[in-house]
Amino acid sequence: MSFQVIRYRRRTAIDFVAKVLGTAATLFGLFWLVWILFTTVRFGISALRPEIFYEMTPPPGADGGLANAFFGSLVMSGIALMIGAPIGVAAGTYLAEYARSKTWRESIRFVNDILLSAPSIVLGLFIYELVVRQQGHFSGWAGALTLALIVLPVVVRTTDEMLRLVPHAMREAALALGIPQWKVTLQILYRAALPGITTGILLALARISGETAPLLFTALNNQYWTNSLNSPTASVPVVIFQYAMSPYDAWHSLAWAGAFVVTIFVLLLSIGSRYILKKAQGGQHG
Amino acid sequence: MNTSVTNATTAAAPTQEAVKDDARGDRIFGWAVTFAAAFVMLLLLAVAAAMAWGGHLAFQTFGLRFLVNGEWDAVGKQFGAMVPIMGTLISSAIAMLIAVPVSFGIAFYLTEIAPTWLRGPVSTAVELLAGIPSIIYGMWGLFVFVPFMSEHVLPWLNDKVGSLPVVGPLFEGPPLGIGMLTAGIVLAIMVIPFISSIMRDVFRTVPSSLKESSYALGATTWEVVWHVVLPYCRSAVVGGIFLGLGRALGETMAVTFVLGNSHQLSWSLLMPGNSIAATIANEFTEADSDIYLSSLIALGLILFVVTFIVLAVARLMLANLRRKEGAA
Repeated sequence: MSFQVIRYRRRTAIDFVAKVLGTAATLFGLFWLVWILFTTVRFGISALRPEIFYEMTPPPGADGGLANAFFGSLVMSGIALMIGAPIGVAAGTYLAEYARSKTWRESIRFVNDILLSAPSIVLGLFIYELVVRQQGHFSGWAGALTLALIVLPVVVRTTDEMLRLVPHAMREAALALGIPQWKVTLQILYRAALPGITTGILLALARISGETAPLLFTALNNQYWTNSLNSPTASVPVVIFQYAMSPYDAWHSLAWAGAFVVTIFVLLLSIGSRYILKKAQGGQHG
Repeated sequence: MNTSVTNATTAAAPTQEAVKDDARGDRIFGWAVTFAAAFVMLLLLAVAAAMAWGGHLAFQTFGLRFLVNGEWDAVGKQFGAMVPIMGTLISSAIAMLIAVPVSFGIAFYLTEIAPTWLRGPVSTAVELLAGIPSIIYGMWGLFVFVPFMSEHVLPWLNDKVGSLPVVGPLFEGPPLGIGMLTAGIVLAIMVIPFISSIMRDVFRTVPSSLKESSYALGATTWEVVWHVVLPYCRSAVVGGIFLGLGRALGETMAVTFVLGNSHQLSWSLLMPGNSIAATIANEFTEADSDIYLSSLIALGLILFVVTFIVLAVARLMLANLRRKEGAA
């Protein structure tokens, strides 16, 4: 056998092995997804009872639900979006439309990217220093503010990217008609970028719905129903954390029920936001 | 610009009033978005300042010895960050050892091997893995993965690897299931989707003419990826890896569940340990003295500084590719 043939065989063999390993790596990645989803569904479904939506979190040994935790999560996430999303959209608009100096623009993008990937527990500590320590007690407001800090960079980034995708001709045409820039931005650019911005906000919501660490020392937890955001407020992830770490079986099963609901919610959000974006982009191209 | 539009011959010419209104609107809107952007800028400074302020008592009391002191005694009020720092570094290192090759394999599969119709669904599935909240990883880790490790994997490791020279001590000890190795594996699963989706995006930026010319010369798929694609986007690949590392370093809940929260330093990867984030999550609400609290915030500051450096490197390396792309 000639040298060339041996070398050719060796090269194809390496190629084959690499392809097998690449495929195996993908199966390995998917394996965990399936395993984790399977676990969540199996334990979650069996723990899911209608009571979890209208009964309070129980003390050990009693029956109960997660109603106050769901409520707390909902309210804190809602406020976080109401604070974080508008500021984020505005800052993203500045980056895409208003920033004149390139250095300045790039530095803000850089800082925003750092915030985007900064550990959320650090943001929680920041709000602890800023709000909880000043107020002297844990509160739902502090929790909502922490979540807003997580929402902000996600929205800044998607708004920035989506506005930059809007064709320049659109701005030029509108400006040539004598429409002031702020109206161009509000009525034309935002309309064009709306699906993208919505996707960003939904992704931010998905991200904060499972956030636990920064809530541990801002909103803390509350076993009872509370309408006042000035007091400690329960949230689903924190309750899951506490109940899962506890030695009681009843609490474990409530934790699984909460985990199941959160996972389904987050997965639906991320699939839904992808769908919105894909549909909008598909519409743009054809 | 608007003041020049005063041509009175057209019927719809804006009045002086309307022009002024528009100019005012422009000013207000411009200021609003500028403030929002400046707010983002200030936020990072504020976070750093607040952490430094909160942790200054610990650094004042213990000095720089805080970083290398392995003692963590809440009753005696002696605090040192060494055990959590080591735990964070070791668990992240294990995670990266597993995640980097696997992510490369996934990116390779998604850009070169998989049939086109399969690429979308598989990418989405892998990215969904990234969307699952870390607390779910933690619960799955604690209730499913830890028992699996302690029953099936760790006894085997103990038997076969624990008796070897040099690496042996790393795998000795009771098969508790909770510990550094388990935490590293769970972290790996969490960062694989990030690293692989960045790598996939980065691989896609390689101009197809480059790849086609190598194929035309008779290169195999693997050779194209290894000798053409990878060198072309080396810095961005490293950037993606660093981004994943940043995530592993700062990951809290999953690690808190499976790491064991022990302030004992041990050679064995099977023993419980601690990480910076897990220590803060576990002990923050129990901190009953100012120095305890300040030490925990000082830990947060260390985490912040380390992740800041890692993320900054990641962003700079990723930006390199964007510049290349722009030039091409």
